[in-house]
Amino acid sequence: MADVERTPGFNTLAIHAGAKPDPATGARATPIYQTASYVFDDVEHAASLFGLQAFGNIYTRIGNPTCAVLEERVAALEGGTAALAVASGHAAQVLVMHAMLTPGDEFIASTKLYGGSINQFNHSFKSFGWNVVWADPDDIGSFERAVTPKTKAIFIESIANPGGIVTDIEAIAQVARKAGVPLVVDNTLATPYLCKPIDYGADVVVHSLTKFLGGHGNSIGGIIVDAGTFNWSRDRKYPMLCEPRPEYSGIVLHETFGNFAFAIACRVLGLRDLGPALSPFNAFLIATGIETLPLRMQRHSENALAVAQWLSQRPEVAWVSYPGLASDKYHALAQKYVPKGCGAVMTVGLKGGYDAGVKLVSNVKLFSHLANIGDTKSLIIHPASTTHKQLSDEQKTKAGAGPDVVRLSIGIEDVADIIADLEQGLK
Amino acid sequence: MIKLNHDSYPDNYIRGILNTVKTIAMVGFSPNTSRPSYFVFKYFLERGTRVIPVNPGHAGKEVLGQKVYAHLADIPEPIDMVDIFRAPEHVMPVVEEALALKPLPMVIWMQLGIRNNEAAALAEAAGIKVVMNRCPKIEYGRLSSEISWIGVNSRTLSSKRAQILPGGVQRMGLGSGNGNDKGKEGDG
Repeated sequence: MADVERTPGFNTLAIHAGAKPDPATGARATPIYQTASYVFDDVEHAASLFGLQAFGNIYTRIGNPTCAVLEERVAALEGGTAALAVASGHAAQVLVMHAMLTPGDEFIASTKLYGGSINQFNHSFKSFGWNVVWADPDDIGSFERAVTPKTKAIFIESIANPGGIVTDIEAIAQVARKAGVPLVVDNTLATPYLCKPIDYGADVVVHSLTKFLGGHGNSIGGIIVDAGTFNWSRDRKYPMLCEPRPEYSGIVLHETFGNFAFAIACRVLGLRDLGPALSPFNAFLIATGIETLPLRMQRHSENALAVAQWLSQRPEVAWVSYPGLASDKYHALAQKYVPKGCGAVMTVGLKGGYDAGVKLVSNVKLFSHLANIGDTKSLIIHPASTTHKQLSDEQKTKAGAGPDVVRLSIGIEDVADIIADLEQGLK
Repeated sequence: MIKLNHDSYPDNYIRGILNTVKTIAMVGFSPNTSRPSYFVFKYFLERGTRVIPVNPGHAGKEVLGQKVYAHLADIPEPIDMVDIFRAPEHVMPVVEEALALKPLPMVIWMQLGIRNNEAAALAEAAGIKVVMNRCPKIEYGRLSSEISWIGVNSRTLSSKRAQILPGGVQRMGLGSGNGNDKGKEGDG
């Protein structure tokens, strides 16, 4: 009777988690449930669904069976209890903070983040009264010193975009635990194939699905994964989870949904009321992309390491920031957190400065010059002449986007072709 | 009987219980429609399980057509499972009451957040299966795949269709767990 149940491996989960054959039709591929609403079995069933008393589908802004396949798959890959897929990575961050903070609260965020997150935290979130306090992941003490009685969360990236910075997740998780607040980790660049932040103490994981999880540059999406580890009721600091909710006639979400209450709060309070729902078609494309995530991440990492090694020998190149290089500042942390590989993204400093950067993005023929990462295709951008153009040279340098910097997202083409393109582009 | 550590339970153990139990006595039941016990009560009633509410403060009332009893001993019929919605320190007296029932219940279930190892050991010594710190509604939803609709990691994989229950398109069954249920019951 006590038969041992197998725990499936990562590759198996990437293909099967969330995607049993469709119960209604037997379709083996995940059907695209392109519908706004779902008929109720009867009036009582409708009442149960609206009251959160039954599991089921009401309206695609709140849940959709195709999106649910994606949610369960990413939750399984990250080792979480549940997930909520939303319209973009930015939307995921809005819903996370909406569930954790009330106006006037603070959260601590790493200075080494994707530029879009820095903008979102500095400007949009402040208009909601969610006040960011910045800390430097190279100085763990700066996180400890930033904690105040108003702190409700800590936010970091596992591998930071764009600089190839590896964050010491475990050390910052200890700061969060001591402060009694959840640690939120953006795991977009690493993906759960390279790093599982929950293993190191993350309480919530967020992703831009647009990048490596979707993997093909065809869909915008984001996701929130609940690790099921945080006690939302202990200090009574999280009213969305530990207090009776007037939106649902007094239900206490943490008490009712236990270790997946955070994902439910993001869904039934955040997504329901703020509205950034993911299209089922995007969910289908992203869930299909995830089936090959392990193969792609392996190849991305192998190609990127080869490119980084090649670039660091080139006379035109001043420096390469990629944690896979043995000489890199973050190599030791990379061996701990991303031992299978360091992913696709690196920054490169060109000796020829601004003009050399413009020349390279103009000369390449295989690389696409665009503002994205995590496509099967190799991508390049010169931040100083594009995304960071409006900043002063000093501001650019501080943001890791100095005039000499080029960001590469290495694709899964033949690595010889990738290198050949860079070689002709640098000439 | 298998030796459980009560930190985790094999899916087949939980499925076996939920597939067998036909009558549940719910101790610590609240008629407040926003309380977790009411959720579980209503959910299992809708699936055709007999659910008997137990709460001395509401004894004699009727909720969704079910009479509320003050104590387990007052229930005039055999009970398959006692589901306990009481804080851990109040669990032992409930288990002692359950052990006085004739016939004995097959299962004692302590809700999410509730664990009392001493009470569990006492029940197991009497041959009763014990589940602690779980919710039967969540477990039913997990093993039937219903809970996957709300993005929960069911920790189950299958290349077989889930079973749709009669009486509606949004109600799923547990199946036997051996993957041979073919999803045919009540289709369409």
